[in-house]
Amino acid sequence: MTDADASRVPDSRRHWQKPPFIANPWLRWGVVLGLLLYAVWAISTLPFDLDRISQGMTRASRIFSGAFPPNFARYELLIDGFLESLQIAILATLLGLILSVPIAFMAARNIAATPIYLLGRGIIIVSRSFHPVIVAILFVKAVGFGPVAGILTLTLYSIGFVAKMLAERIEEIDRGQVEALRASGSRYIGVLQFAVLPQIMPRQIGLGIYQLDSNLRASAVVGIVGAGGIGSTLMNAFGRYDYDFALAITLVIIGVILVSEAISGRIRRSIG
Amino acid sequence: MLRIQNLVKRYGHGEPVLRGLDLDVPGESVVSIIGASGAGKSTLLRCINRLVEPSEGSIELNGLELTSLKREPLRKARRRIGMIFQGFNLVDRLTVMENVQCGRLGYIPYWRAALRKYPAEDIERAYHLMERVGIAHYANQRADALSGGERQRVGVVRALMQQPEILLADEPTASLDPVSSRQIMELLQTLSQELSLPVLINIHNVAEAREYTQRIVGMRFGKLIFDGEPADLDQQAMDAVYSGTSETTQAASDSAPMPMVTP
Repeated sequence: MTDADASRVPDSRRHWQKPPFIANPWLRWGVVLGLLLYAVWAISTLPFDLDRISQGMTRASRIFSGAFPPNFARYELLIDGFLESLQIAILATLLGLILSVPIAFMAARNIAATPIYLLGRGIIIVSRSFHPVIVAILFVKAVGFGPVAGILTLTLYSIGFVAKMLAERIEEIDRGQVEALRASGSRYIGVLQFAVLPQIMPRQIGLGIYQLDSNLRASAVVGIVGAGGIGSTLMNAFGRYDYDFALAITLVIIGVILVSEAISGRIRRSIG
Repeated sequence: MLRIQNLVKRYGHGEPVLRGLDLDVPGESVVSIIGASGAGKSTLLRCINRLVEPSEGSIELNGLELTSLKREPLRKARRRIGMIFQGFNLVDRLTVMENVQCGRLGYIPYWRAALRKYPAEDIERAYHLMERVGIAHYANQRADALSGGERQRVGVVRALMQQPEILLADEPTASLDPVSSRQIMELLQTLSQELSLPVLINIHNVAEAREYTQRIVGMRFGKLIFDGEPADLDQQAMDAVYSGTSETTQAASDSAPMPMVTP
């Protein structure tokens, strides 16, 4: 093709632009301008104090230099804290798994009558709507500092997740097995145990292992607000300016979570 | 003796699936129900054990009116009606023995089943029936480890464990290979004689229906339009049961009684 040919092609066939993400130009530029204005206003109203920031930097460097090398001298406290975290995680997982089964049955549309279904969904929504840290603060207020608050918090947290996932599994079951047992004149509870439960057990085991891993991690976090376990140990170390011990705790938490994640991942894969 | 009179089933406000169907199944006969898909065969069987609620009419099993039963009496009546399914509907993750014992769930206290403390006579009966159909050596295998034909045998034993007064089989051979399919039909035929049990079989395979049953009924648009011995089912009867697509012929049959408007 020569230059002369190219010049005969109309311009509109030689240029192309990607259509804008928001088609309406007023809306498009309005959103951009609005975000910019808000960012400028938000930054201008924050009390940015360069003095404090520079002081903070020196404090941070003092903390980090104080933290090195990590100090494992009080390993007994560390081990006690971890055993308590493990206790919280395991007990909360067991309680959560047991309680989530009836709630999941209540919250499955194909099994439960509508009022029961709404109640079940309500329990799940409530137990999912708050972050465990907020729930832990409430339970620490209610039952005092210590592992009981942690167990209650993580039980609720487990119910929210496990019951929701399990209810979704129940809604996908093979209806034929249910039909067969109904046809044989079995009681309702028999249908649930022999036609529904066997179909959802593999999912429940997988969820249990996942939740144990997740609870172990969360138990370190809720400990910080006083719900027992390694989180409380960590908070105390910070409170006493034992930064080297705090770093030791942090490193062990990272190690334990990596190990538990690897183990739970492997088990869940082998269950399939 | 099963006696069905004027059975009507309508889903919602749509066209009825069963339109005033009458059927008597006396004694220990094996009856095949043939008909195109959508003729209402499955609905008919499921009305008998009330997995589907009949809209009108009466179903009597050995003198017991089934259509008016509720809750506990309905559950007890269902124990007397065994059912076999196209998809077997076994509990895949349980052992063959547990599946077979599911047929006793309606009779034994719940805790016995929950703890797997099955009554000795039930276990004995299960072994006896499983030996009869040739699956006793699978008792401890998981149901999903068996082949199609073997799984349907488990389904048959589960139904027989109910000590039923009638056996309903909904396309029992449709998911099976030809050899297993014939074995299951033969089994149903001989079991019916051995246990003097009436058997109702929905079936697509007309050749098997002719070979293994003494009586064939043909359904079309929710009514019986053929009832006779295999020898009576000639080409004309076959055409009446199967020919034409359901929509066009149904429209024709619906409009037929309307008075013609002549110019």
